[in-house]
Amino acid sequence: MRTPLLVRLGRSFDARSWQLLGLFAAFALIAVPIMHLLLPPEHPLHLSTWFITLIGKILCYAIVAVAMDLIWGYGGILSLGHGLFFALGGYAFGMYLMRQIGRDGSYQSDLPDFMVFLDWQELPWFWVGSDSFVWAALLVLVVPALIAFVFGYFAFRSRIKGVYFSIITQALTYAAMLLFFRNETGFGGNNGFTDFKRILGYSITAPETRVVLFALSALALIGTLLLARTLVISKYGRILTAIRDAESRVMFIGYHPLWYKLFVWTLSAMLCALAGALYVPQVGIINPSEMSVANSIEIAIWVAVGGRGTLIGPVIGAFIVNLAKSWFTVSFPEYWLFFLGTLFIVATLYLPQGVVGLWFSLRARLRRGGDKGAPATRGVGA
Amino acid sequence: MNAVAVQSPPLPAEDNPDWDSGTAELGHVLKPGELDLSHKVILYLEDITVSFDGFRALNKLSLTIDAGELRCIIGPNGAGKTTMMDVITGKTRPDEGTVFFGQTIDLTRLSEPEIAHIGVGRKFQKPTIFENHTVFENLELAMKTDKRVWRSLWAQLDAAAGDRIAETLQLIRLAAHADRLAGLLSHGQKQWLEIGMLLMQEPKLLLLDEPVAGMTDEETERTGELFLSLAGKHSLVVVEHDMAFVKQLGGKVTVLHEGSVLAEGSLAEVQADARVIEVYLGR
Repeated sequence: MRTPLLVRLGRSFDARSWQLLGLFAAFALIAVPIMHLLLPPEHPLHLSTWFITLIGKILCYAIVAVAMDLIWGYGGILSLGHGLFFALGGYAFGMYLMRQIGRDGSYQSDLPDFMVFLDWQELPWFWVGSDSFVWAALLVLVVPALIAFVFGYFAFRSRIKGVYFSIITQALTYAAMLLFFRNETGFGGNNGFTDFKRILGYSITAPETRVVLFALSALALIGTLLLARTLVISKYGRILTAIRDAESRVMFIGYHPLWYKLFVWTLSAMLCALAGALYVPQVGIINPSEMSVANSIEIAIWVAVGGRGTLIGPVIGAFIVNLAKSWFTVSFPEYWLFFLGTLFIVATLYLPQGVVGLWFSLRARLRRGGDKGAPATRGVGA
Repeated sequence: MNAVAVQSPPLPAEDNPDWDSGTAELGHVLKPGELDLSHKVILYLEDITVSFDGFRALNKLSLTIDAGELRCIIGPNGAGKTTMMDVITGKTRPDEGTVFFGQTIDLTRLSEPEIAHIGVGRKFQKPTIFENHTVFENLELAMKTDKRVWRSLWAQLDAAAGDRIAETLQLIRLAAHADRLAGLLSHGQKQWLEIGMLLMQEPKLLLLDEPVAGMTDEETERTGELFLSLAGKHSLVVVEHDMAFVKQLGGKVTVLHEGSVLAEGSLAEVQADARVIEVYLGR
């Protein structure tokens, strides 16, 4: 008898993980709005705009980290160009936000400011329809998915693996960055998109809008975790980790690794794009530097620090690294990159399973003589 | 988005020269991708040549394996045994020559997963199993089923599949280890697990590269018994260095040397062959 999908979804986490997810949802959807909107600013429990924006941003990063964990931790495919898909999602939604400015820009024109500045008389063809929210939402998912699919198809078909694949993804995002830096490309050159005013007609800086965007980011993260967890415990997930560990064996028992890799690769790109689309209205800017190679490497560091192949680890890693970043870049800006590099080396050398692996081994040691094959070593923790 | 796992055979039934020659079974119509054993031969290798940077790993190798046969291949290191398996399973494309599975399926045109799907199973020299999966999961993944992405996303084990896995676990004597990680098994157990995975694929032809390497004498003997019980229902090609094991299997023996067949016959016959003795330096 087949188990219905909802039941399978319910079983994909244990009771404690569901409790934690519920707690997190209650915090993001109920506590945060109350603490930000209803409590007066001088109240000790009041959450500032700064806090909401920072955490909202990190929630988006956490989605990217989970997407990265799917391909790297479970599929063994290390992408050092995932910032590209994040930025493309951001740009696709940014086009809509630029059109929402309407005539409130510096030049009071129907066209976005940068086009007036370039002396363009009408919208380029790829901007057609960008005033529609639905169209923009569609572009957010479809464009990165198409690029990921085509790129992945040729890379995986040619059996490009390991460090070679990583280097090609780096080149891809770097090339895209150079392309987006050009004014003629039609995406605002090196300034990118900014000065957004509205989203669906609501003021983008209004506290209520911020709270909604924050809640949507939290929901998207929960959805991403559910989807990823259901995927990795399915038969598909077992095949994916099998490809990671012994690809030739998988091939000789009759699976096509190409399609298995391509599926998770494209899905991962779409999740990144969704995160990018949620990120841009919260931080209020998107420019080509989001496609820089360093940004993409940072994504890999979040995952390595949190714990590859654990799903929750990358979320924790994204929070640790980005909270540290926001503190460092204010207090000792010149040391941030040294700290980041050290963190990566330490995580690689001493924490092969990241902080989640550390937690599992500590707990196993506390229980003394616990099962040696703890979930952390299997790479499929909750 | 999924590739169709089985391509049509290169020759439609009407274009097959043997189709109405009188030698083929009368009234036998093939479905695309179906294995035609009407000549009682499951595998034809004809004039296979494979060169790597000028080195001829296989040199006009010709070999036929009968349906249900248990064939042993021996030969010194570098004789081309593993390359031959690579050619049959689609890992290496021959520079020249043809490989036919049954009468109609040209293996040189199919990819590795396609060849696996039509019924060729392969055991590697070094046991290759999924070390981070349990023994049970290893068998589950190998099981013959629709192996396309979309199916795998929704796949659930049914009772029949569970029974088949349990049966195989008994056969390879790993029932007590079903929930252990495969990486924790002993070397001999890993070899058995890989053989079990092969059986879950329900292949028609099994290629076994040094299946008893690293096994104890007792394990080796049990492996021999298992292979003998499989012959007839399946065709087996065993590459082996262990002469006692080859003797136990007792079938026809082919000696490879420098990429082609040096001698063929029973073990006693090839061991008496002067050229074979010379190649093996009196072994």
